[in-house]
Amino acid sequence: MAAPWLSLRLVAPMWNGTRGIHRLGGAVVPEGNQKKERTMLQFLTNHFYDVEALRGYLLQREMSKVHMKNRSFTWLEEQHGPYSAGAFFILKQGGAVKFRDKEWIRPDKYGHFSPEFWNFREVPVEAVDASDCEINYEGLDNLLLLKELQSLSLQRCPHVDDWCLSRLYPLADSLQELSLAGCPRVSERGLACLHHLQNLRRLDISDLPAVSNPGLTQILVEEMLPNCKVVGVDWAEGLKLGPEEQPQDTASPALA
Amino acid sequence: MIRRVLPHGLGRGLLTRRPGTRRGGFSLDWDGKVSEIKKKIKSILPGTSCDLLPDTSHLPPEHSDVVIVGGGVLGLSVAYWLKKLESRRGGIRVLVVERDYTYSQASTGLSVGGICQQFSLPENIQLSLFSASFLRNINEYLAVTNAPPLDLQFNPSGYLLLASEKDAAAMESNVKVQKQEGAKVCLMSPDQLRNKFPWISTEGVALASYGMENEGWFDPWCLLQGLRQKVESMGVFFCQGEVTRFVSSSQRMLTTDDEMVILKRIHEVHVKMDHSLEYQPVECSIVINAAGAWSAQIAALAGIGKGPPGTLQGTKLPVEPRKRYVYVWHCPQGPGLETPLVADTSGAYFRREGLGSNYLGGRSPIEEEEPDPENLEVDHDFFQEKVWPHLALRVPAFETLKVQTAWAGYYDYNTFDQNGVVGPHPLVVNMYFATGFSGHGLQQAPGVGRAVAEMILEGSFQTIDLSPFLFNRFYLGEKTQENNTM
Repeated sequence: MAAPWLSLRLVAPMWNGTRGIHRLGGAVVPEGNQKKERTMLQFLTNHFYDVEALRGYLLQREMSKVHMKNRSFTWLEEQHGPYSAGAFFILKQGGAVKFRDKEWIRPDKYGHFSPEFWNFREVPVEAVDASDCEINYEGLDNLLLLKELQSLSLQRCPHVDDWCLSRLYPLADSLQELSLAGCPRVSERGLACLHHLQNLRRLDISDLPAVSNPGLTQILVEEMLPNCKVVGVDWAEGLKLGPEEQPQDTASPALA
Repeated sequence: MIRRVLPHGLGRGLLTRRPGTRRGGFSLDWDGKVSEIKKKIKSILPGTSCDLLPDTSHLPPEHSDVVIVGGGVLGLSVAYWLKKLESRRGGIRVLVVERDYTYSQASTGLSVGGICQQFSLPENIQLSLFSASFLRNINEYLAVTNAPPLDLQFNPSGYLLLASEKDAAAMESNVKVQKQEGAKVCLMSPDQLRNKFPWISTEGVALASYGMENEGWFDPWCLLQGLRQKVESMGVFFCQGEVTRFVSSSQRMLTTDDEMVILKRIHEVHVKMDHSLEYQPVECSIVINAAGAWSAQIAALAGIGKGPPGTLQGTKLPVEPRKRYVYVWHCPQGPGLETPLVADTSGAYFRREGLGSNYLGGRSPIEEEEPDPENLEVDHDFFQEKVWPHLALRVPAFETLKVQTAWAGYYDYNTFDQNGVVGPHPLVVNMYFATGFSGHGLQQAPGVGRAVAEMILEGSFQTIDLSPFLFNRFYLGEKTQENNTM
């Protein structure tokens, strides 16, 4: 891309033969916003090429940072075994790892962790706590090295979405506990592919903002995984209360 | 004006002589001249219509490097990849001509939106795998500053294909090819099927193949919107109009066997506006035929197929519109959340739609029962007689269901071998095809768009080799048959 500071000129109205024909705009943006241009940044982006290019460049940089964090560590497998390779990936991301019969290994606030796990060649990893880590679809390559994982916590991971959930089926034999609480991109469509995990005993699906109907989803997931305890959502949340059971606090948002 | 500036009484005294009166035979007509000048200034000032230059904002530009006929998902995908792979920013001017901006009959919007890798041809599997990774990273590919991120509503539930005794061997060899190409598919016996999906009846099923990853269904409108937004931000021109004529020039050349061949080159595309006789000749160097179900008409305009049958000149583009129905029904005790898109041995298919026990599906009719593609009217008897019995046989819970709604859409059906046509025409040297995908165009659009863009910019396929899909095969009679169409 050409250096953004060289294109110092205002945006001329772009020649486009479709003026007036209804545009297929973004799915979520309401009509009024297009005219309002609420924030200064949006206004500047729409009027100056430099600002648009700078924002595009910063977005690309953010994305490449996430890619860098999720690069493949599978080459470590030959030298140190799959469990250490996977554990190294998790620890580098900022998560915590528990080997069988050992204590939890966590990085401290500077990101340093003890290198003792390199010696655990044959000891499988039992539990992984990847809360708030920037794991995405490619990073799961490294996580899936841990074949005997029993407990996985992906709470509040910003890049875990439905595609990632469809990739968890290789862990079906061992995984007993899974937590997806607070993941902003997980929806009921991703939860549908958890039915491969037949050994799951505890599933936490609380606080998923992208799920459209949490109560109904809870019921359907419980039907899908009969041996599993699904926590996090109160199934009565989606029900309308009858006239005699109206909530006393009328300021609370109406649930429907 | 001067008269108004001076005080009234003084003016009266000084300029008593009326303008226009002759004084030594010299007439100025000052009053008339001033009013004329006032009128002209008023017309040039903004806010009023100006008759100096006629308004052409609804017409396409007069010159364009590439003209893409058809603004559906394939046309937009080619436009996107052309702009993405061009070596200089703004190096190629691309114009997309779409006849119907409401997309009311376009196959993209009416599609069921499925994506699967369970094909028998390695090229199809590769295209589908690339499309899956495109859709997965759609917010990186189609990022537009200031626009919200796209939500494709992708359901990664997979496809379940069922095979009877006679198709079991073919399915096994197909799955082997799929696994080789990198698709995550597994074979299931009837017992395993019953275990995993207790609502299914395995009568008549010998083998099943189940896609575990990268398969499912999504919202095709969202993909279309996202492509449209991104492509507009990259500087592609759009025009609503119909292509009515190609102006081309011919050249006689001798082949190495001393045979005379007439090579045609399209120079101009005439784009006619809606509800008017007005048209704009667009000078272009490359034309891409992505017109979907109507590609054969565009090809005929370019003179493809005008010649004695059996020769290369006489080989028409064998793509025609075929009508397919999709029905939506409600079944309260139907299969649960984990239901994949199930394709039965009889050709009937269904999938879940949303959280509320709604399902949608249909079936491809056999050759003799093909409905008339004149319009998009739905035949509800087709569901009662040809679709429901097979569904009820496969899923006993579907014996009680209630049809909520239905719609019909076109397949751009390739009557030769039901696979796409990609690449240049051998005789009309600057027309490229990206059509004829017979029902799996949506899921292969990103890969095909990239292939066509590579063909135009580099001269050959770089990433996925789509040579089995070139036009030549219609003349040579070599079918690239796909065994797994729905």
